[in-house]
Amino acid sequence: MSSIYSEIILDYRNPRNKGKLDRAQIRAKDTNPLCGDVIEIQMELDGDSKVKDIRFNGMGCAISQASASMLTELVKGKSLDEARKISKEDILSLIGGQLSAVRLKCALLSLKVMKTGLYNYIGSLENAKEELSSL
Amino acid sequence: MQKTVQYNVEKVRQDFPILQRIINGKPFIYLDNAATAQKPRQVIETLDRFYKEYNANIHRGIYKVSEEATAAHEEARAKVARFINARSPNEIVFVRGTTEAINLVAHAWGRKNVGLGDNIMLTEMEHHSNIVPWQLLAKEKGASLKYVGITDQGILERYEFQQHLQSGAKLFAVAHSSNVLGTINPVRELIREAHKTGCCVLVDAAQSVPHMPVDVQDLDCDFLAFSGHKMCGPTGIGVLYAKGNLFDEMVPFHGGGEMISEVHPYESSWKPPPYKFEAGTTNIEGAIGLGAAIDYLSNIGLRKIRLHEREITAYAIDKLSRTKGITIYGPSDPQARGGVVSFNLGDVHPHDMATLLDEDGIAVRSGQHCAQPLHERLGIPATTRASFYLYNTEDEVDRLANSLERVRGIFKL
Repeated sequence: MSSIYSEIILDYRNPRNKGKLDRAQIRAKDTNPLCGDVIEIQMELDGDSKVKDIRFNGMGCAISQASASMLTELVKGKSLDEARKISKEDILSLIGGQLSAVRLKCALLSLKVMKTGLYNYIGSLENAKEELSSL
Repeated sequence: MQKTVQYNVEKVRQDFPILQRIINGKPFIYLDNAATAQKPRQVIETLDRFYKEYNANIHRGIYKVSEEATAAHEEARAKVARFINARSPNEIVFVRGTTEAINLVAHAWGRKNVGLGDNIMLTEMEHHSNIVPWQLLAKEKGASLKYVGITDQGILERYEFQQHLQSGAKLFAVAHSSNVLGTINPVRELIREAHKTGCCVLVDAAQSVPHMPVDVQDLDCDFLAFSGHKMCGPTGIGVLYAKGNLFDEMVPFHGGGEMISEVHPYESSWKPPPYKFEAGTTNIEGAIGLGAAIDYLSNIGLRKIRLHEREITAYAIDKLSRTKGITIYGPSDPQARGGVVSFNLGDVHPHDMATLLDEDGIAVRSGQHCAQPLHERLGIPATTRASFYLYNTEDEVDRLANSLERVRGIFKL
């Protein structure tokens, strides 16, 4: 059986967009207690609608770190509205495989962090609680 | 390595239907026995027969089927007593599992015997179930917890144990065998030393009773707790043993039906132990199933099971230690450890390890195994744990070792 790890390991060993931004307007951080994963995401906007740059920082299992790397690559250059619409399924197709329910949390941590920051920035964090808790 | 002659592992395996499963296209290799054990046909059929033939509530029905259920339930208690060499079935209380047994002692013995300024002694290798009930008790009573440290090899620091004893510990609660390190603690000696200072000893035998002969009279422990599901029995049934008349002096844990002698509007009196601690309708089929598990294990022989596991563990430590980049925790001497091998491989997160091994049909545990203080002591966030039982084979260890090589390849270690 082919492992999802053969897909994600490159991003784990050579993460894209890892680091920090000096002038980020959006910042968010969260953890997944199961694996002790930590993901922090920073986004710098171009005007008020486009993600000019994005960085992540963190530690934890390969799935959490690789999916953060893939997500940041996907979000870069997108409008806030496009970034908001990125779904669970989008992340899974980036990872390229099935995950058990428990490990899904690892894969979706960076998406949850990105969306938390984004909703917080546009002032609709309260309304997004349900969506965020489903990640 | 010299084989144990009379042990036929292939014959044992035939008793466990689940071992026939194919997972992800590969034969299922179950190496999470420290979490729970698989069930043999003999136990499954006992439960089936109970439901089909003599399901009834116990102790109260004045009809044949209820009498049969009661007799089977009490026979299970007698089997437990014989299995651990208790003096009497009255020293055996059925509980939900080890966790409930320890909570029972903390509540029914601890609240009466532990007070302000008293010390409760634990060790750094305890499972959360042998830590948290004592934290709750200590907080309520203003008592203190004292921890016996461990060496880097996972052996108890004896001088710390003696120091805590001399400073007057009321209770020593200790794992017989560690669920992470595999260390088998010399509880018999520790109990002897503790008793000289009047310190009471509770043995968490969740990882020992399923795997080796345990004799409570030989150990001379005051309390001993274990779970049915880790020894081929059902979940939701466990045992608390208390020596002699200790149960007599303890207050009830749960109030309700079956534990009473008389109930009046403002006061009640209790049945004698063990019934005093078995309020409400208990896990009847669980107890009977545990009795069947005890029969099953006894027929094979706990000495043989222990020898088999020791061989498998020695083989596993030898085999796995050849994997480049692996760190194996716990004592290096297989004589001093149970069938638990916890490890880390390079910078591979244990959860990634478990997911990758699952792809090969191998079930292991990853994380902190309900022993967070131990992982803090070892300075590691988590471990992967392979734990063996009577049906595991050297071939399965080989396949685990092969899978580790595959993980090394994927992670480019």
